Amino acid sequence: MAGRRVVVTGLGLVTPLGCGVDTAWSNVLANKSGASRIEHFQADDLGCEIAAMVPRLDGRGGGGADIAGTFDPDAFLTKREQNRIDEFIVFGIVAAEEAIKDSGWVIDPEDTETQERTGVIFGSGLGGLQTIYESSLKLAEKGPRRFGPFVLPGMLTNLTSGHISIRHGYKGANHSVVTACATGAHAIGDAARMIERGDVDVMIAGGSEATICRIGITSFVACRAMTTGFNDKPETASRPYDKDRDGFLMGEGAGAVVLEEYEHAKARGATIYAELKGYGLTGDAYHITSPAPDGSGGYRAMKMALNDAGMTVDEIGYVNAHGTSTPMGDEVELKAVERLFGDAASNLSMSSTKSATGHLLGAAGAVEAIFSILAVRDNMVPPTLNLHNPSVETPIDLVPLKAKKKSLKAVMSNSFGFGGTNASLIFAELPKND
Amino acid sequence: MSDVLSRVSKMVVEHLDVEEDKVTEKANFIEDLGADSLDNVELVMAFEEEFDIEIPDDAAETIQTVGDAVKFITEATA
Repeated sequence: MAGRRVVVTGLGLVTPLGCGVDTAWSNVLANKSGASRIEHFQADDLGCEIAAMVPRLDGRGGGGADIAGTFDPDAFLTKREQNRIDEFIVFGIVAAEEAIKDSGWVIDPEDTETQERTGVIFGSGLGGLQTIYESSLKLAEKGPRRFGPFVLPGMLTNLTSGHISIRHGYKGANHSVVTACATGAHAIGDAARMIERGDVDVMIAGGSEATICRIGITSFVACRAMTTGFNDKPETASRPYDKDRDGFLMGEGAGAVVLEEYEHAKARGATIYAELKGYGLTGDAYHITSPAPDGSGGYRAMKMALNDAGMTVDEIGYVNAHGTSTPMGDEVELKAVERLFGDAASNLSMSSTKSATGHLLGAAGAVEAIFSILAVRDNMVPPTLNLHNPSVETPIDLVPLKAKKKSLKAVMSNSFGFGGTNASLIFAELPKND
Repeated sequence: MSDVLSRVSKMVVEHLDVEEDKVTEKANFIEDLGADSLDNVELVMAFEEEFDIEIPDDAAETIQTVGDAVKFITEATA
């Protein structure tokens, strides 16, 4: 990046593969799927009856009181607080709390100057969809006098940032991103830019989503974007690049990172996971829901990220693909990556962790950035589950079925969204002499 | 304790997440019980629903303590 260097010093995850970075990542590397049948609301009339749900105490997503990685917001929020905010905000707060704790970034409440140098950018693709749905029904049924004052602040997309800022006294940028399925990646990239240019020294960035509800599933089925043919075998539904893929599987959760100016992190002795080396963002200017068939938008985002990083394609060992398991999108991205990497494509591994987590929409970019960072840290490449028969031939290793060891210096994470919006991030290990 | 007072107290404890012994008739929702302006709006709505009454906005503004609420509700349901 052009200005000050930006590093990652904290990670937090709430995913269908478990809550907490250690649990989720070990499940990714164990080739597990987070998919199951929807049981907590009527879904048998929606076309898609399955999703990848965050494990909960009520048994959803395979969770339970004694099961590691089960979602437990009570540690951070009272029941009363939880009842007043949509679940996407709860997910975001919990992921952010883990990332902040992990980073060890603590600010003295009296230290206004430091508070003003720390900020937040948290986004969501759809925000409080379920809250809007429920309160709309209540408004129609009971009228405006029974419409509570907490509906609005409980569903606003930027309120995750607001809550994180209030909880920790962060008085720098208090911002948000809404770019559909590219939200999480844009939030991280934009946050890094603010550090790079000196507005702040530390940023909490990420995305969250909680739309596994009747209106959420119905909306995407109506766009013909979701899987409908694997209701009896949920864990096989998300199958990027496989010839039998038929649409994305919805996931939910949140990813949060702590980004920090390099010297600032070093001076306080913080553990540095990786350096955020490059960020690219482009628009397709083509269609509201379909990617440009030539993949030019994604191609230019990746190219811009490479230029920003001052790197060449042969330095990138792994791409965490957008790869949603839709019939068209996967191949468009794959061809764009082949075109960009040229001869280096034969040394590249590229997988879609959406095969395991489902598509976390506005949280996907943040969660997948974290998986990419962990791939560099551990020299492990996550798998593309259910990839038995690729629909096209490619020189790129799509990491079918099983995670594998691979020495990695730098990785790329792609996120593309409705509206023709594209984002690409590059993370690299710190040179040993740094 | 009157029936209205005990019902109001129970609701205040629930909505504001405060200890029962703090909810006296003199307790001010904002100053003593930690409510903010949105909490007050929600409480008034809850009173309306619980006691099946209507509390106009100008009357709601005068309800600042537990006792104020009990007095208004007692008169409205008399």
